[in-house]
Amino acid sequence: MKIVKHKTPSIDGKGIMMGRPAYTDDLADPNALFIKILRSPYAFAKIKSIDVTQAKKLEGVEIVLTHHDVPKKSFTRAGQGYPEPSPHDKFVLDEYVRYVGDEVACVAAISEKIAVKALELIKVEYEVLEPVLDFEKAIKHPSIIHPEDGIHEMFPIGFLPKKNIAASYEMNVGKVDQVLKDCDVVIEESFYTQAQAHAMMEPHTVNARIDFQNRLVIYTSTQTPFHVRRILSQTLDVPLSKIRVIKPRVGGGFGGKQALHGEMFAALVTLRTGKASKITYTRKEVFESSYTRHPMRIDIKLGANQDGTLKAIDCYILSDTGAYGEHALTVFMVAGSKVLPLYNKVDAVRFRGHVVYTNHVSAGAYRGYGAIQGNFALESAIDILCAKLGMDPILFRQKNMILEGQTSPIFEIMGEGTEGTAMNMESCKLDFCVKRGVELSQWRETYPYKQLQDHKVKAVGMAIAMQGSGIPYIDMGAATIKLNDDGFYNLMVGATDIGQGSDTILAQIAAEELMTTVDKVIVYSSDSDLTPFDTGAYASSTTYVSGNAVLNAAKTMKHMLMEEAARALKVDLDHIEFDGYTFKSAEKEISFSNLANRLYYNEDQKQLTATGSYVGTKSPPPFMAGFIEIELDQETGEYEIMNYVSVVDCGTTINPKLAQGQVEGGIVQGIGMAAYEEVIYSSKGQLITNSFLNYKIPTSKSVHKLTTEFAESYEESGPFGAKSVGEIGIDTPPAALANAVYNATGVRITSLPITPQKIYEGMMALKQKENANENK
Amino acid sequence: MKVEFFLNDRKRQFDVSPDEYLLETLRKNHITSVKNGCNESTCGVCSVLLDGKPVLSCTVLTIRIEDQHVTTVEGLQDEVSHISDYFGDEGADQCGFCNSGLALTIIALKKEYKNPTDDDIKNYIVGNLCRCSGYQAQLKAIKRYLEASK
Repeated sequence: MKIVKHKTPSIDGKGIMMGRPAYTDDLADPNALFIKILRSPYAFAKIKSIDVTQAKKLEGVEIVLTHHDVPKKSFTRAGQGYPEPSPHDKFVLDEYVRYVGDEVACVAAISEKIAVKALELIKVEYEVLEPVLDFEKAIKHPSIIHPEDGIHEMFPIGFLPKKNIAASYEMNVGKVDQVLKDCDVVIEESFYTQAQAHAMMEPHTVNARIDFQNRLVIYTSTQTPFHVRRILSQTLDVPLSKIRVIKPRVGGGFGGKQALHGEMFAALVTLRTGKASKITYTRKEVFESSYTRHPMRIDIKLGANQDGTLKAIDCYILSDTGAYGEHALTVFMVAGSKVLPLYNKVDAVRFRGHVVYTNHVSAGAYRGYGAIQGNFALESAIDILCAKLGMDPILFRQKNMILEGQTSPIFEIMGEGTEGTAMNMESCKLDFCVKRGVELSQWRETYPYKQLQDHKVKAVGMAIAMQGSGIPYIDMGAATIKLNDDGFYNLMVGATDIGQGSDTILAQIAAEELMTTVDKVIVYSSDSDLTPFDTGAYASSTTYVSGNAVLNAAKTMKHMLMEEAARALKVDLDHIEFDGYTFKSAEKEISFSNLANRLYYNEDQKQLTATGSYVGTKSPPPFMAGFIEIELDQETGEYEIMNYVSVVDCGTTINPKLAQGQVEGGIVQGIGMAAYEEVIYSSKGQLITNSFLNYKIPTSKSVHKLTTEFAESYEESGPFGAKSVGEIGIDTPPAALANAVYNATGVRITSLPITPQKIYEGMMALKQKENANENK
Repeated sequence: MKVEFFLNDRKRQFDVSPDEYLLETLRKNHITSVKNGCNESTCGVCSVLLDGKPVLSCTVLTIRIEDQHVTTVEGLQDEVSHISDYFGDEGADQCGFCNSGLALTIIALKKEYKNPTDDDIKNYIVGNLCRCSGYQAQLKAIKRYLEASK
């Protein structure tokens, strides 16, 4: 391979660093109205009355919208395929507000200042209701967060709003209780994972206008332009054909921009006023009123025989979806379906749970999508079990983990909201990942810890993980390749580059198949008028699903070119050879650029265009082993992360440097969640961590070193052997860090984030226990 | 109110309100490289050079910079292009929203330090948040750029 598996600078990095206009706000109409949202000061309330008279009178205010002025049609902002596995439990504006920051009214004015002033002039009388702020008390809580009519599930997801349940599920393989009873060793633990903020650098931004064909044009910083178009059309009763959604450059998403945030308001304001409008979330709004990761309590029970054979996994999860049930069922299911198959040889598995509503900001899609939560619990529990068995955690994993050629019954049972798809692991180099990680982290020399100074130790901890590559039979990607005169191509993809570099790797896939260079493939993504359909950038789907679509399109284009060359050279198609530059047949030849020019100007004139699409019939998981090295002060519990070793099997790395960037970016985001990031609310449900001052994300100083390697691996069903790599990096840090802290101190931290304070308190408790034992 | 300052070495007059910050002035005047990430001096994506020193344009009142020099990447295209070569080679650019501000910070770092250590570099760019890269590729690219510019 000449292009794939070689590093290529991202096709857009230079232009963006040099400041060329690219992002949604860079492209806003200079006369656009500014949109501002009045947000709820209460965690749960009913709007008794709302008076917008004064706000409307303010000079420069164009429109004020309240729940009286918008379509009363329930929808979900989740930004998923249709029908969605998320309940339709949201209205554009509603008489109920369900978290501090929920939308009350929308104002559009000729300047930002006037819009802000108008918000202050809106008089709202609330009936304040008792909020549900503890997700463990949601199910039997006297307050019902969604008492309203008109909300529903699209298909059975265990939606019981009158019990504050957004979704519920149970599945069984074998007889767990019985198998556990017969095990030599059983451990049981509850784990808590916190809400994490996406904190992408570009806030949610949308602008809207009506074009000269009288159609609504939305520019939005989204991961799902085609879902945005569909959801706007369904909810606002505008024909799909009258809406165009353009995704410009996106400044990071991580799942947070899979959903609709702001699109409804920009669309409504522009439809009602006929004027261009724009909305950019303030940083406070991004924290307070977009999405977080679903917090969870994960109760896990493992059973094994004395020889270290894992026999059973029993898992109950209570997940907190916040005010709306976006991604409620599916994030919860991924906490099982992309975690439990790691240990595929067990006799029995049970996975069940509830996803509950609370009066916190809605949880939604976030890189890892449940797998990071489930991984923290399972991979911590495995180390607890190993400690009880007195067994080396590396050996235990090597004995019990999934290997190439094997399968797990869970793949067939659990999909994303529906049944899954049976599959064998045609590519799985997890065994290599573990072996190589042991070497790179100098595990044998350090495990469990090494004394550095009096009270400072170096310790290691590790975890293994898997993810998926798109959602089989649901996620569809398509690509169109257009030949131009002089011999270069346009590649139009619905796939959504949100900064991960998918435009670049899709160009590489096309260039490889067409035997040309990346600069001859001009990529455009994505625009609902101009590019073919793609479900969007989520579920680790772009390389595998959209990449296969590009490959299919390129194969078709190549065949068309050969046919045209055969015609031009007047020879049989079978006798044509093409090296990317020249078509040859015995003594005859024609250059690619001459053939292209001939097609447009001289003979047999025609436009060559090829479209390919792809929908997966399986979701081959990428795998990885993550090893953390920490230095911990045994007197204070403070620690530093010295190195994080990642060995990843994502099949072929289409672009090794960009793949590394995906892994390392994921690792550091995962370290943030593992070590200190935490969304915190006041006792009344007000968000405290509403700025980068009090919600700390990793900086250039957070990690000393990252060591990242890829396993040689080839996935037959992937484009040039590739699987996905967007999410896998984020999964291991929480468990690896918890295991390292245990190895350093004997303290088992079961709730994230793993702060020095928790470690210190754990060490104190251990000491007290030791003293008590001595005194006995 | 009228205020005059040098924007990328060209003296220009701007009509601004007294409470307007430089970030808003620049974006209104189509300097799109300067991004609004938080508007409360916590993220670094609005970084510009003010008389050669990196500042957060969301904290600088425009009326207070009369006659001063504001430099954005639009005024340093060759240098920024050079930096971006190393970013491209190391796979350090992802979403790019922080990259223009970071590039200016790197240029200021180069002026201020002759032989910066790894810690000097990490400390200097600590205010330029990036949620995508994990920073390692950025640091490699910066070191190579500084080495090559010696």
